[in-house]
Amino acid sequence: MNNSVTNTARLLGAGLRALLVLTLVTGVLYPLAVTGIAQGLFPGKANGSEVRADGQVVGSSLIGQQGYSLDYFQPRPANGLGENTANTQYKLILSGATNLSADNRKLVESVRAAKAEVVRENSTAGYRVKPDDVPADAVTSSGSGLDPDISPRYAALQVHRVAARNHLSVTEVRRLVDRHTEGRTLGFMGDPRVNVLALNIALRELVAKH
Amino acid sequence: MGPVLAGVLQLLALVAALALAYVPAGTYMARVYSSKRHLRVERWAYRAIGADPDTEMTWTAYLRGVLAFSAVGVLFLYLLMRLQGVLPGSLGFASVDPAQSFNTAVSFVTNTNWQSYYGEQTMGHVVQTAGLAVQNFLSAAVGMAVAVALVRGFARARTGDLGNFWADLVRGTVRILVPAAAIAAVVLVACGVIQNFSGIHEVGQFFNGHSTGGPQQWNGGAVASQEAIKELGTNGGGYFNANSAHPFENPTPFSNLFEIFLILLIPFSLTRTFGVLVGNVRQGHAILATMFTIWLGFVALMMWTEFAHHGPALQAAGGAMEGKEVRFGVGSSSVFAVSTTLTSTGAVDSFHSSFTGLGGGLTLLSMMLGEIAPGGTGSGLYGMLILAVIAVFVAGLMVGRTPEYLGKKIGAREMKLAACYILITPALVLVLTAASVALPTPPHSTLNPGAHGFSEILYAFTSAANNNGSAFAGLNANTDWFNTTTALAMLLGRFLPMVFVLALAGSLAGQRPVPVTAGTLRTEKPLFTGLLVGAVLIITGLTYFPALALGPLAEGLAS
Repeated sequence: MNNSVTNTARLLGAGLRALLVLTLVTGVLYPLAVTGIAQGLFPGKANGSEVRADGQVVGSSLIGQQGYSLDYFQPRPANGLGENTANTQYKLILSGATNLSADNRKLVESVRAAKAEVVRENSTAGYRVKPDDVPADAVTSSGSGLDPDISPRYAALQVHRVAARNHLSVTEVRRLVDRHTEGRTLGFMGDPRVNVLALNIALRELVAKH
Repeated sequence: MGPVLAGVLQLLALVAALALAYVPAGTYMARVYSSKRHLRVERWAYRAIGADPDTEMTWTAYLRGVLAFSAVGVLFLYLLMRLQGVLPGSLGFASVDPAQSFNTAVSFVTNTNWQSYYGEQTMGHVVQTAGLAVQNFLSAAVGMAVAVALVRGFARARTGDLGNFWADLVRGTVRILVPAAAIAAVVLVACGVIQNFSGIHEVGQFFNGHSTGGPQQWNGGAVASQEAIKELGTNGGGYFNANSAHPFENPTPFSNLFEIFLILLIPFSLTRTFGVLVGNVRQGHAILATMFTIWLGFVALMMWTEFAHHGPALQAAGGAMEGKEVRFGVGSSSVFAVSTTLTSTGAVDSFHSSFTGLGGGLTLLSMMLGEIAPGGTGSGLYGMLILAVIAVFVAGLMVGRTPEYLGKKIGAREMKLAACYILITPALVLVLTAASVALPTPPHSTLNPGAHGFSEILYAFTSAANNNGSAFAGLNANTDWFNTTTALAMLLGRFLPMVFVLALAGSLAGQRPVPVTAGTLRTEKPLFTGLLVGAVLIITGLTYFPALALGPLAEGLAS
């Protein structure tokens, strides 16, 4: 009995020492080395791909923002985003999805409502949006709630509204969208996309020039 | 080019990359686990541990090493979270409460990485980097060690020795996981994954006169270094709540494919390691073919159902984009979902709860197969070898011969151990799901009504007991009931199977090899691959069909 207790204690001691040594390697040396290389080679990316406009940081090219007025291109809905409930000394955005199922009536209703709103907001005097023109990304929330992109179809659908509200020509705005449309990486990876923040910064510059 | 064709091309590119890496990675790992040399850093580690790396261990000694090391790991991680509030470098985050700390500690040590917390508001730099990320490495290294011990059981004869646990643990970490993760982390940073130790800081927001937006607050963090091992070690615990859907974890279409590649690299390549160590690489090919067939079939089914987007909400939207990111699209999100659930990863780049009914069902079924196609780092190989033993036994019954596998007789003792192995997880999943549904309060945790609500609970226990870690994340799992029961499922679902694997390894290693005769079942041939695929699907189907019928099948067939 005493013998087996000693053996167990010895074994646990070996386990603890193994854990400490390997923590030094994988939990201290490894992350510090990677951080050193990352900060040396790709400082901009390692620190969050911040975007500047008029000399100020206005966000990250990777993180989608909510709250643009209708003068600007709208991002995807983000119904899964949350506010922090722990450590509330900070105002943290909690990334996340709605997790609503495909047969959940709440989701069906929110999709229908979003679609009706997209149709209503983007129809102008000379341009009527048909419900079938509205792409899926315009009426659904992304996985992170921070999707920085919209599909080129959703951007194209907003061109008339944006042009009208900013007193720009439709051709001008369309050209702006085309310039900010990114195709599939190497022609086949992912889906074509438009970065909303970059597009809106360019739009603001265009408006300022007029 | 349409999205479907692009999806197929991405799949082909992924397969090509895995095929290129297969032989070098598999052969390298075989060399690591059979090398007689010790690196200098390894010698230091052995001296600190106080272990002689050249001492052979019996299966019981090996198992004691695994259990002692894991027990210490759980305790250490638990204390780290409980003490977070007083540790420096924790962003001022408070200590994590006991039930959640226990659940999380168990979750990361068992390679599950089930998360009942929100990463960005709960875990500071020290816990993430020196606690959670460390177990990302070590739980994977333990899984590989146990798999290698089983392979040695097949490869060796008339000995009780299975190698040395401390040597396998240290080598797997130092020679395989750390270098591979370091390269992968730098690639991820080049794509845009963040890697810094800055605190929570305000960043301006694009602002205009009418906007309601204010400044945003962001976490910094050593994300790339953790993301790399999270995928490579089939762990899956996200730095942020949105996991690999978060742009700071997975910023581009390329990083997405690269992360899927990392998830699949070690599990597939270990079949080569197995082949080399048993002295016949074609035996490894048969196991690889089985894993690959199931994986490819599931990917095809998932792409079909997700592109078809059945389900009222998805039809109203005109596509299955709920819970998916534009930059990935439906195609590569489908590949990710299948790859993460057919391994023990559980990282997500899109949210399974909002998939089509059948798509969600496929992620569930993938885990229910036991995560063997290709499975977790190490656990995938030993899980598949157990099923190979069972397939050989079934074949033996059909022709009336004593079953053999790799020159070892599969007798009553071996079959009992294999049978125990495959019974543990279904028992945990079904009993705990039933209990949760029958009790009055646990069902209040579900987000969605009806069949999908049941699926959320079934998914939680399937994920926990199989050490996956993904979720139908609408379920509020941060309750005492779910924190405790999922922790129990993770512990028993990880370590009981290891007991049977190592016992089987010991029993096989002690046998003398049987000579190959004309009557021997040729386990390196396609016929055996077919038999094994059939065994996997039939055993899982018979076990889980009633539960699946109540959840995803009911939802999927209704829409």
